[in-house]
Amino acid sequence: MASVARRRPAGLAFLATAFVAFWLMIAAGPFVWTVWGSFKVESDFFSKADWRYAVYGVRTVIETGEAFTGDGYFGAWIQESFWRNALNTLIVVVCTVIISLTFGTLGGYALARSGFRYAFWLLMAALVCRAMPHITLVSGYLLPFFQWGVWGHLPTAIIVLVAINQPFTLWMLHSFFLNIPKDMDESAMVDGCTRLQAFRHVIIPVMWPGVITTSLFSFLLAYNDFAVTSMLLSQENQTMVPTIAGFLGTVREQGQVMFAVAAVVSAIVPLFFLVLFFQRQIVSGLTAGAVKG
Amino acid sequence: MKHRTFFWFILPSLAAMSLFIALPVVSIAVQSLFVEHDQVMIEVESCTPFKCETSLAVDAEATAALREERPLGSFNGLGTYTNRSHLAFAEVAEAWRQSSGLIEFGSRLLNLPFYKALAFTLTYTAVVTPFVIVLGLAIALGVNALPRIAKGPTIFVSLLPMIVTPLIGSLILFWMVDADGIIGATLQLIFDNDQLSLKASHSLTWIMLIVYGIWHSAPFSFIVFYAGLQTVPTETLEAAQIDGASRWQRVRHVVVPYMMPLVVFITLMQLMDNFRVFEPIVGFSASAKATSLSWIIFNDLRSGDVQLFGSAAATSILTIFGVVILLSPVLVRTWRDFNRKVR
Repeated sequence: MASVARRRPAGLAFLATAFVAFWLMIAAGPFVWTVWGSFKVESDFFSKADWRYAVYGVRTVIETGEAFTGDGYFGAWIQESFWRNALNTLIVVVCTVIISLTFGTLGGYALARSGFRYAFWLLMAALVCRAMPHITLVSGYLLPFFQWGVWGHLPTAIIVLVAINQPFTLWMLHSFFLNIPKDMDESAMVDGCTRLQAFRHVIIPVMWPGVITTSLFSFLLAYNDFAVTSMLLSQENQTMVPTIAGFLGTVREQGQVMFAVAAVVSAIVPLFFLVLFFQRQIVSGLTAGAVKG
Repeated sequence: MKHRTFFWFILPSLAAMSLFIALPVVSIAVQSLFVEHDQVMIEVESCTPFKCETSLAVDAEATAALREERPLGSFNGLGTYTNRSHLAFAEVAEAWRQSSGLIEFGSRLLNLPFYKALAFTLTYTAVVTPFVIVLGLAIALGVNALPRIAKGPTIFVSLLPMIVTPLIGSLILFWMVDADGIIGATLQLIFDNDQLSLKASHSLTWIMLIVYGIWHSAPFSFIVFYAGLQTVPTETLEAAQIDGASRWQRVRHVVVPYMMPLVVFITLMQLMDNFRVFEPIVGFSASAKATSLSWIIFNDLRSGDVQLFGSAAATSILTIFGVVILLSPVLVRTWRDFNRKVR
């Protein structure tokens, strides 16, 4: 269905393609470079002599005998027990997503079906909370958490992340539930269901697309968090991102930087697959709030 | 929906939000009025065979006991807000009196930690937001022109900078602009200057952080604009063309007006996200040259053996004020829209 208005002169099409290609290079280049470089030794990855050393691994061959080395990964995962941090991240992220989605679907549904004024105020309050820098909230938690002796444990960080997640989850699911026709659950209630039964039997079966999209973003928030987890978790319960930041404190000892590089690449891999499999949901989630106005 | 049902449905979510968002705000408001205890000093008399001397010494036990007993610290009123590391009224007045011009006054102001952080935060927010919108629209227009088969992979790659953890994304760029990294070394080669380092200069550090911010956020506005472009009606574009509008005029007068609501949405999201800029400063280890409001709170909380809760709380309250001011136009607008709908 090529409309005349959509057709472009060859010159412009070329220019547009060149621009997009340039953008793709900027967007993906750093990742490709770092993933490739993580299999080299430090003197190749930070090669003053010639940047091509990092490509061919000249020093890597001299130091290890092969063009690729897994030393960085071995050092990070085994020597520095990065696997433990990865496990902590897994626990935190899975629990956060499950709990915040459970709370969020109930709340979002209620907000979408209530026409009262306080529903609007709750949404506005949620918007303000969404804008709150996380570190300001963290500074409020620390002292009470120390006093109650709950500082440093995984459940504490999980429940805090759930709460910080709520405003966003509520907004997103609220706008999603608005798109499910009111008639569906109301006719179920006319047939004698209670509100909860209507929710259980009518809404839950059709809500999964919205829930999956929202849970992706909850996942990202929990996974990418630095402010909360770095301040609220003790050393042994640390998750991946603060640990990587911690690696930097010990930088510049030979090889240590490559531990950090390897850890960084390891932390990117799950995100890579997330985008690979859920690209459509992420795009629809990003635009959900916007296109509908 | 009945009030009662509504209440039960919203309860878990509301409880989580009030316990861990509203209550902490109250908690920092209280904390900001207190200041850490001074160490308890006692006079110690130490006698040598010839004479006795009294000197002041820290009574560690009493200090610990005092901290245990009143963990908030001692009441300080609004003192923390006005001291040197926050609003610094005395220092600002002093700088105003002593400086001959606005520029000098500005540079004196930037020596004060709070104003320095505020300056960077505002600059970052004000520069990154428009760049992200323009770049995002440009990429969206470009991708829209691509053949269908290339669109999917393009979007996939474009999403990466946004999806990746901010701290990790900034680390990756940081290693590349390192004096020995690929970009840093190349820049040294181009400018033929061995000493050139992006980390050493104030302005280059700021530029580096801002470039990172644009790189990180451009995908978001790209995706939103790209989705918006799919909804621009072909008829209007054709009509404009028949009326003799050039390609640029069609973009300017048809596409851009269609995108306006999206621009508002992206601006709002970007203002909120950029105002709390924090991770890049940690990732780029840029705190000597650029600090943000979030960063100084972070720094207060982890500094030394005594965490400066009062100081962090005062900055937090000031930051929240900033957020509210930033959001007030949106809130007022939404409130008006809502009232119009209700009537």
